Amino acid sequence: MKFAVIVFPGSNCDVDMYHAVKDELGEQVDLVWHDADNLDEYDGILLPGGFSYGDYLRSGAIAHMSNVMAAVKRAAEAGKPVLGVCNGFQILLESGLLPGAMLRNKNLKFICRTVELTVENNETMFTSLYEKGDKISIPVAHGEGNYYCDDATITKLKENNQIVFSYASDVNGSLSDIAGITNEKGNVLGMMPHPERAVDELLGSADGLKLFQSIVKHWRNSHVVNA
Amino acid sequence: MYKVKVYVTLRESVLDPQGKAVQQSLSSLGYQGVEDVRIGKYMELQFDDSVTDVEGTVKEVCEKLLSNPVIEDYRYEIEESANQ
Repeated sequence: MKFAVIVFPGSNCDVDMYHAVKDELGEQVDLVWHDADNLDEYDGILLPGGFSYGDYLRSGAIAHMSNVMAAVKRAAEAGKPVLGVCNGFQILLESGLLPGAMLRNKNLKFICRTVELTVENNETMFTSLYEKGDKISIPVAHGEGNYYCDDATITKLKENNQIVFSYASDVNGSLSDIAGITNEKGNVLGMMPHPERAVDELLGSADGLKLFQSIVKHWRNSHVVNA
Repeated sequence: MYKVKVYVTLRESVLDPQGKAVQQSLSSLGYQGVEDVRIGKYMELQFDDSVTDVEGTVKEVCEKLLSNPVIEDYRYEIEESANQ
């Protein structure tokens, strides 16, 4: 399976993401600059964390207008897995690929620590190797991760099981303690915690690796004969 | 030439933790009467004469980029300014 890690000016988790896929997952991966307009050769798209365009205007607001995002939208429409982590999640929200928006953390602080997440839905291409209700340790590092959406949207997210990860206890004030959601179709996941920073016990936790392995498993089942 | 002033604020229904912190700070300074503070953004856009539909364009850029309609409202003022 071949992944693209999209790099914007100001991305700073791109190399961690690259390392997670190449060395820990053992799959092919390229770093792809934001001006690319074709992602056809990739089976999965990864939008890394960081501060694209210095978080000018709003986090992710400038990045979502960049050239590569049209190709990311096409990949999402084609059903390919698209994962946005942290700033990547914010870009997916700004681009409308996921519903809602991010506000400043409730306590106004940049929060950088490992938190406990609950796997709310394991019937997705990103979480099939987890059990529903699993508690996993994944680091967060953000100042604007306070997820917000209107009443109609939160009702819909719950009805469709689009809330994939929640914080086991309140971290940043997010509505319903949301840490990660998918689109309706289930092939676009945005999450504030960093699974790519939890792919080896040496890093303090390997709980994030199963997320990447789930993506590969899903891809093999649909693309490889006798998988 | 037109000068456009754009004000972007969080929607009434959205909590503004930053505004709340400032309100509490004012209150501890002794300004008890300041009931609420909302923090927003102010932007100035300069349009040249090539733009024919200034108001339409302003609305468009506010909705596409300058504000995020999920959490923010915008309003604007258009002023005619002299050619330089």
